[in-house]
Order: sequence, then structure tokens, then C-alpha cells
Amino acid sequence: MELPAAITNLPKAPTGIRGLDDITGGGLPRGRPTLICGGPGCGKTLLAFETLARGAALYGEPGLFVSFEESPADLRMNVANLAIDVADLEQRGLLLLEQISLDQGEVAEVGEYDLEGLFIRLGLLIDRIGAQRIVLDTIETLFSAFGNQSILRGELQRLFRWLRQRGLTAIITAERSGQGLSRFGIEEFVADCVILLDYRITEHVLTRYARIVKYRGSPHGVNEYPFTIGPHGITMLPITSFTLRYPVSAERISSGFPDLDQLLDGGGYYRGSTILVSGPTGSGKTSLGASFVAAACARGEPAIFFAFEESADQIVRNLRSIGLDLQQWRDRGLLQIISSRPSLAGLETHLITLLEAVEQSGARVVVIDPITGFHTISRPVDITTMLFRLFDGLKSLGVTTLATSLTNAGADPAQSEVNISSLVDTWIVLRNHETNGERNRSLLVLKSRGMRHSNQVRELVMDAQGLRLVEIYAAGETVLVGAARIAEQERLRHEQELHEREAIQRQRRYALQQRLLALQIEALQAELAALDDEMNAEADLSEARARAQIQSRLATSRYRESTQEGSDGR
Amino acid sequence: MADEAPEYEYDLWLYIAGQTPKSLLAIANLRRICDQYLHNRYRVRVIDLHHEPERAISDNILAIPTLVRKLPPPIRKIVGDLSNTERVLVGLDLTPRRHTGS
Repeated sequence: MELPAAITNLPKAPTGIRGLDDITGGGLPRGRPTLICGGPGCGKTLLAFETLARGAALYGEPGLFVSFEESPADLRMNVANLAIDVADLEQRGLLLLEQISLDQGEVAEVGEYDLEGLFIRLGLLIDRIGAQRIVLDTIETLFSAFGNQSILRGELQRLFRWLRQRGLTAIITAERSGQGLSRFGIEEFVADCVILLDYRITEHVLTRYARIVKYRGSPHGVNEYPFTIGPHGITMLPITSFTLRYPVSAERISSGFPDLDQLLDGGGYYRGSTILVSGPTGSGKTSLGASFVAAACARGEPAIFFAFEESADQIVRNLRSIGLDLQQWRDRGLLQIISSRPSLAGLETHLITLLEAVEQSGARVVVIDPITGFHTISRPVDITTMLFRLFDGLKSLGVTTLATSLTNAGADPAQSEVNISSLVDTWIVLRNHETNGERNRSLLVLKSRGMRHSNQVRELVMDAQGLRLVEIYAAGETVLVGAARIAEQERLRHEQELHEREAIQRQRRYALQQRLLALQIEALQAELAALDDEMNAEADLSEARARAQIQSRLATSRYRESTQEGSDGR
Repeated sequence: MADEAPEYEYDLWLYIAGQTPKSLLAIANLRRICDQYLHNRYRVRVIDLHHEPERAISDNILAIPTLVRKLPPPIRKIVGDLSNTERVLVGLDLTPRRHTGS
């Protein structure tokens, strides 16, 4: 559910708390009071404090925290592990923590009075830092310090008017008890925004919830939204406020398995994406997950492997068999293998543990092996909800998550994970093939958003050298794997060899013919030359003959002339 | 506190915020009670928070008017316009039974 701030013209003050700004459509009503109510230990003070501190740190809005219970020192201690530098904000005049202590029981009340002293004090403190946000925690304490309820109600009403007039984004926390939202019906005065915090314990597991009871002039999420209080404060992962506004990365990271990277458009997974590897027992899910974390560690990125089936040492040992040394990354502090039984804790606790561990370690790559382990402790619908929130949370942290899912041998993996498939960016399906008395594995990239990926089934081969993908051979309708594939490969190799030998022979024959022809050409040319010689000799001979004829003719005529002269002279 | 012992037994500070009817009523009631029960053994100091707002913080005052008995110890506080003399006397630990006028 997306609530764009544009559809409401009500100005909002963002809380900076993940999830809360989503379900409120941008934050609390700016310049107006908001009531946060709930029983003891619901997280009211923390929610109020975080809104104030994040407002100061992220949006530069100075905040005043007025506590009627805790001293500033106690408060500082309680929020010490939030990722907020409270001391720095205080020094920069962006945050002011103030305790207004109430002398309980020692004060006698005689006649009419008002709380002008409180107003004067608040006014002074507000002016001291130019506060734009203010927290009053908790307002009920005032009721316990003064006896005259009608005076107090009147004064509180005046206080809310006064806060509004000063344009303060105010958070008033109130104890909840019984049927009403707050013990003294304060919600009547704060009409703008009321948020109810609650927690319930089911099966020894505590789950916190927040609900927006009312938000005047603004659409808002109406459900109960689970939230957690972790080391970094409040995290709300509202499944229905799935806004799909993650920072999208075009960066590709290796799956740790070069052949698989090749199938994924040559580049591997997208950073920040969610990958599901589903398959039956022993199909190579854990190996794929382990390869992925190992690749992350090799890049120098911290990674966490959550193991819900095996112990950490068992995983390290088993993966040595495919040539993967995870221990080196554990030794260098890059890899954490967190092993626990799903039945050890409730879903919500698992969710918190996972997210906390990821946030604390700054892990960039997370493997959860397998997510189906939760089926033993919870209903499928709850698991789906939890996974939505988990993947959502990890995605918003920019973490790339690979989750494995155990499918039943008979079931079609493409069908069995329908409920979470929309969450998954890349889905790899592993299958076992039992033929010819042996079992082999195959791998298919069922989908991978945003990239051209191979649609071919490959055989997954695992040995001491690691993981390999082998092109699969299809004989008619059946896919050939293992020995059948090798037999087919052998047959094809023979065929190929035969082809090659024939080709070589043909080549030789051609060469021979070529040489033969060349020789023939040579002989003919010699013949031609001989013919030429003969012809030349013939020509010389006839010339000589002609010349001789001329000579003889000349001699004849000369003889005849001489005889002619002798007869004439007598 | 002071080097010399003060010449008064009761040191009473009355916090008000401006000349409101409640404040004026409280001042009048306090003067009357003091005259009647403490004679010359007291000092009353009226602090107007509109003139000295920081005192609201330093002296931890929320309700107006507030009467604080600084002396004798322990410190006692009474809030309100002091319109019920009997209860003011109880609040100040000035019940005639224990503190008869001299």
C-alpha cells in the first residue's frame, strides 16, 4: 500500500523510522500533537525519542524531550545503542533532554491552581534550542502528581492548544489501561493523530504491534503492523506498505559459480536482489549458498550464512568436499555462520535475530538455509508474512539474499513456492534425476528479473574441483544425465572423430590429385616446348631449301646466258 | 545559607505568574494566615515567574500559585489559592495543636 504524500495537503513531519513513515504516508502531522499510547514496555518512549532524534539528525529540526519520569542520564543510557549520536546532537543544540520531576505525594492542594509554571518552563526550553519537535513523556505522570482531575484536564486541553499555536510537532505519550486508549481519556484532546502500541505473547514469543487509530485529514494504513525493537531502534516492516522503493542497483555480483554466472547473462546476480534456490534434499542448495557467501568474502564483503539444519562446523566440513574452504573466511571475520534450530524460537524472534545480525555485521550477502525450516513451528501464512518482511528488510538494507527452499521430491518446485515467488528476483530450481540406477542433479534458472538468462536445463556436477554445469543431452523426450549423458557424449565424440578422419583423408586425396595434375601440366608443357622446337627446325629447313633453290635457279640462268653469247658472236 | 541565623523562623516563598485573580487571592490569603498565626516570626517572598521565568526551572515549579516553606526544614509545598486556612496550616505543619502562638 503506497500513500503518496501528494494526495494529502497535510504537511507531514517524517519520523525517520523505517516503516512508520510508510504507513503514515510521510510522517506525523507537522505542527500538531500526536498521541502515542500503550501499556508499559510497549516502546512509547523509544518511538517518541527516535522521532525526535532522527528529526534532529536527518532533518535538522531541533527537538526537546521532556520526561516526567526519567532523568536525562537514564534516557541517554537507554538510547545509547541507537545508531544516533545523542551527545553530538545535544552539543550542536539540536537536542535538549530535560526532566521535569514531580514531587509525588508531598504537595498539598488548597484551592484553585493552574499549570502556568509548566507552560513557562516549556516555553523557555523550546526557545533555548528553537525546538520544532517536542516530546512529553508520559503525560499520565502529571495526573498522578496532582489531585484535581478537572483542573488537570482543563490544563491539558490548554496545553495542546498552546503546542498547536506554537506550531510544534508534538508527541505526547500516554499509558493505556482498560478499555480506553489512555487512562484519562487524553485522546479526546488530541484529535489529529493517535498511534496505539501493543504487544502480545504467543507460544512464549513476544510480538510488538503498532496501529494508527486515527489520523485526521490523511489516509493511513489501518492494520496492525508488527515492529521490532532492535539494537538500532524501532524497525517496522509493514508487509502491506510494500512500497517497492528500494535503491535499485545495476551492479552484478558473482554467484561464486562461474558456470552459473554464465547462465545469468554472464554476470551473476544483481546486488540487492533476492534469490531463491529450491530443490529436494541433496540437490545442491547448500553448496550454491555456500559458493555465494564464499565469493562475497573473496571480494572482501562480510557475509552471513544462517543455517537452520546443520551446525556451522558441519557445513564447513561438508563443503570441503566440493573444494570450498569456508573456514578461512570465518577466521578472517568476514563470514559468520549462525546456526540455530527453527524450533528454538518463534518466527518474530527469528526475524529480529536475522535482521539484527545483518545490521550489526554490515553483511552484504546473506544466505538463509533453508527458509522451509520454519514450517515446523508456524503456519504457512505466518511464514509467508514473515518472509515478506524479512526479504523486504534485507532489501532495504541493500543486502543480497539467497534463500534455499526444500521441496518435496514429488512436488513441482515451480508450484510449491508460489506464495513467495513474487518476492524473488532470481529463482533457481534444482532437481534430482534418477535413471539407469543412478541419481544426478540438474539446474534451471526459472526466472531472473531484469536480465537475459538461459532457459536451458544444465546438469549440475559437484566434485572436489567444485561446481560445474554441463550441457545436457536430450534424447527425444528424455533428458540425459549422468552415465546416460556420458554414453551419449561418447557416441557423439566417436561420430565426430569419424567425421574428422574422413575429412583428413579427403584432404589428402585432394592434395594428391592436385600434385598429379600439376605433373600432367608439366609434361604437357614439355611436349609443347618440344613441338615448338620441331616447328622451328622445320621452318629453318624449308628456308634453307628455298635458298638453295634460288641459288640453283641463279646458276642455271647464268649458264644459259653464257651459251647465248657464244652463238651470237659467230 | 546565610552566615548569621535569620531573625525569622518561617521563610515562605510564593510563586505566582502575573497579577491573576488566583495569584492575588493567594497573596491575600497568605498575608492573613501569617498575620494571624506567625506574627513576626516569618518572611514572605513573592516570586512572579513572568519576571523571573528561569526560577520555574531552577525551583521546579509547575503549578501556580505554589507556596514553598523553605524554613523551617523540611521543605513543604502547597499549591492553590490557599483559600482554606485550615488546610494551609496542615500543609505548613502549623496546626495550632503543635505550634501555639507565642
